[in-house]
Amino acid sequence: MAVKRTLDVALGTTGLDERGLPVSIPLGLETPGATAVEEAPRLGGEHMLLNIGPQHPATHGVLRLVVELDGEVVVRVIPHVGYLHSGFEKLGEYRHYNQIVPLTDRMDYLAPMANNVCLALAVEKLMGIEITERCKVLRVIACEISRIISHLVWLGTTGIDIGAITPFLWMFQEREKFYNLQEAWTGARLTTSLTRVGGLMADIPDGFEADLRAHCRSLLKVMAEVDRVLTRNGIWAGRTQGIGVLTAEEAINMSMSGAMLRASGVAYDVRKDRPYLDYETYDFEVPIGEHGDVYDRYLVRFEEVLQSARLLDQALDRLPDGPINVADHRVILPPKHAAMTDMESMIHHFKQVMEGVPAPVGEAYCSIESPKGELGYYFVSDGTAKPVRWRVRPPAFINLSALPKMSQGHLLSDLIAINASVDIVMGEVDR
Amino acid sequence: MNPSADALKRRFGAAIRRVTESCGDTIVTIQPERNREILAWLKDEPDQAYNYLVDVTAVEYRDAERPLEVVYELFALGRNAALRVKAELAKDGTLVIDSVVPLWAGADWLEREVYDMFGITFRGHPDLRRILMWETYAEGYPLRKDFPLRGRFSRSEQVRQALNANPEAHYSLDELGIAEAYHELPPDMRERLARGERGRIPDAPGGP
Repeated sequence: MAVKRTLDVALGTTGLDERGLPVSIPLGLETPGATAVEEAPRLGGEHMLLNIGPQHPATHGVLRLVVELDGEVVVRVIPHVGYLHSGFEKLGEYRHYNQIVPLTDRMDYLAPMANNVCLALAVEKLMGIEITERCKVLRVIACEISRIISHLVWLGTTGIDIGAITPFLWMFQEREKFYNLQEAWTGARLTTSLTRVGGLMADIPDGFEADLRAHCRSLLKVMAEVDRVLTRNGIWAGRTQGIGVLTAEEAINMSMSGAMLRASGVAYDVRKDRPYLDYETYDFEVPIGEHGDVYDRYLVRFEEVLQSARLLDQALDRLPDGPINVADHRVILPPKHAAMTDMESMIHHFKQVMEGVPAPVGEAYCSIESPKGELGYYFVSDGTAKPVRWRVRPPAFINLSALPKMSQGHLLSDLIAINASVDIVMGEVDR
Repeated sequence: MNPSADALKRRFGAAIRRVTESCGDTIVTIQPERNREILAWLKDEPDQAYNYLVDVTAVEYRDAERPLEVVYELFALGRNAALRVKAELAKDGTLVIDSVVPLWAGADWLEREVYDMFGITFRGHPDLRRILMWETYAEGYPLRKDFPLRGRFSRSEQVRQALNANPEAHYSLDELGIAEAYHELPPDMRERLARGERGRIPDAPGGP
């Protein structure tokens, strides 16, 4: 519950102890390891209405918060979303399944490859397509690179929101390396459109594996440094511990997912509990928190980056040779040279481009553990090449709905920290 | 096939209209009037324990004869079982169904989105407002099949309305009531707010 934890971390350091860690000085009290929380004086009087956003860097996009304040204490938060609403779900109903891939890039634009993968998995479930082994492993690599990129951005920007600028620079420097890999693979830094139904847009380029391994190693070094700068930092802990607490029951009841759920102590990870892409055969841990506050969300995401690096290593180890696409050219475009020289391939090419690939009548819900939480795509088909309904289960949207509850009674400055801890991306919230 | 489907049939009988399977997912279609009762049973019954509401959404088919469907995607944490529950609402009737916010707080925004996009009213929802579209949005419900892809109004009309929107339209009456500045608003605006009006779009000079 919302018990303020004691802070036994260093505020100002007088040097390093024998383990090389900063010597800790308990904050402000004679008895070590104890902290008193002073009641803020009640000012009384009228409440104030404060409008934050939609154009404000601390809202991480075009989120608008109308806040009712009693002095500096948040009485109520009314979030306004929808400024980036683009009607993707409606647009999807007018497109072939493969034409929806570019729309998914623009939803969670901090992890576009994970979105691409989720779309492909959902459509493949709907159509009953088995993808190749190499494709599976490459998609795992895509998902985990996305997770690393997204969590690095989260860590950097959340650091800025709370006043730590240095990690932001380190994180973006690291992220740049992974972005370069992403660009080498897909040709784009943001709008990757990596997957196709039944395969991938392209195989990884030469030198990709060696670079990825090297970047994972350098990532660990930087993360260790962030760990030293933030995890035991008195200001960081003071700004995040006991802030925005959700208990396990509340988190489940509010349909939280991803780090928001796991920080509250619920070990639900789609990769473990509803495995896809053979995640059950990989060796990785699902970190869970204990207090459900901003600090635990930080710890969970931090550990997830390290676990993703582990997963990438394992995926590279097992990456088999072979085709990335299914052999059935009724669902995936034949190679260009075949389409130009072989009659049958040309017919397949023509039919796919002009008519699309029809899905059987039915419906499928498929979810993945995206960096933000459980990202689910729900397709309903009436037997044509365009879905009747394409529904996105947006993790950031649902996580954001807990913001009013989490920030009640906290200071205005804590509202910024809590909002940052949700890890929203407005492209996905508004769709 | 998920065993919960048979348990539901035994418990609720005719209120379970259909059980189907698609792509390995079990789909139970229920009587819409009893949605809250059935979902509460699924949530609280120890053998079922579908404690996690994954998603609430709606589906409208291209076939105009088919009813609208409200879709609840459930998951049992710990037991790792998924179940999809659907309630059909006839299009010629009133599109009303009980809200499940009393069961899952997470349904709050999800139901608001379904209301916003499909015009389905959730009885008992604590704060049923549009969520992705703005409150004064007058073109209808975007994800309905009779809604044209580019909207009902012409582009020029959409621009005109956007430019003419009153600043106070961006705040709900509720929110303006918080503000100290409420007392400093011009009298006519206060009066309109007191009447519950949420911003007004002035007519174009030559009529609408």
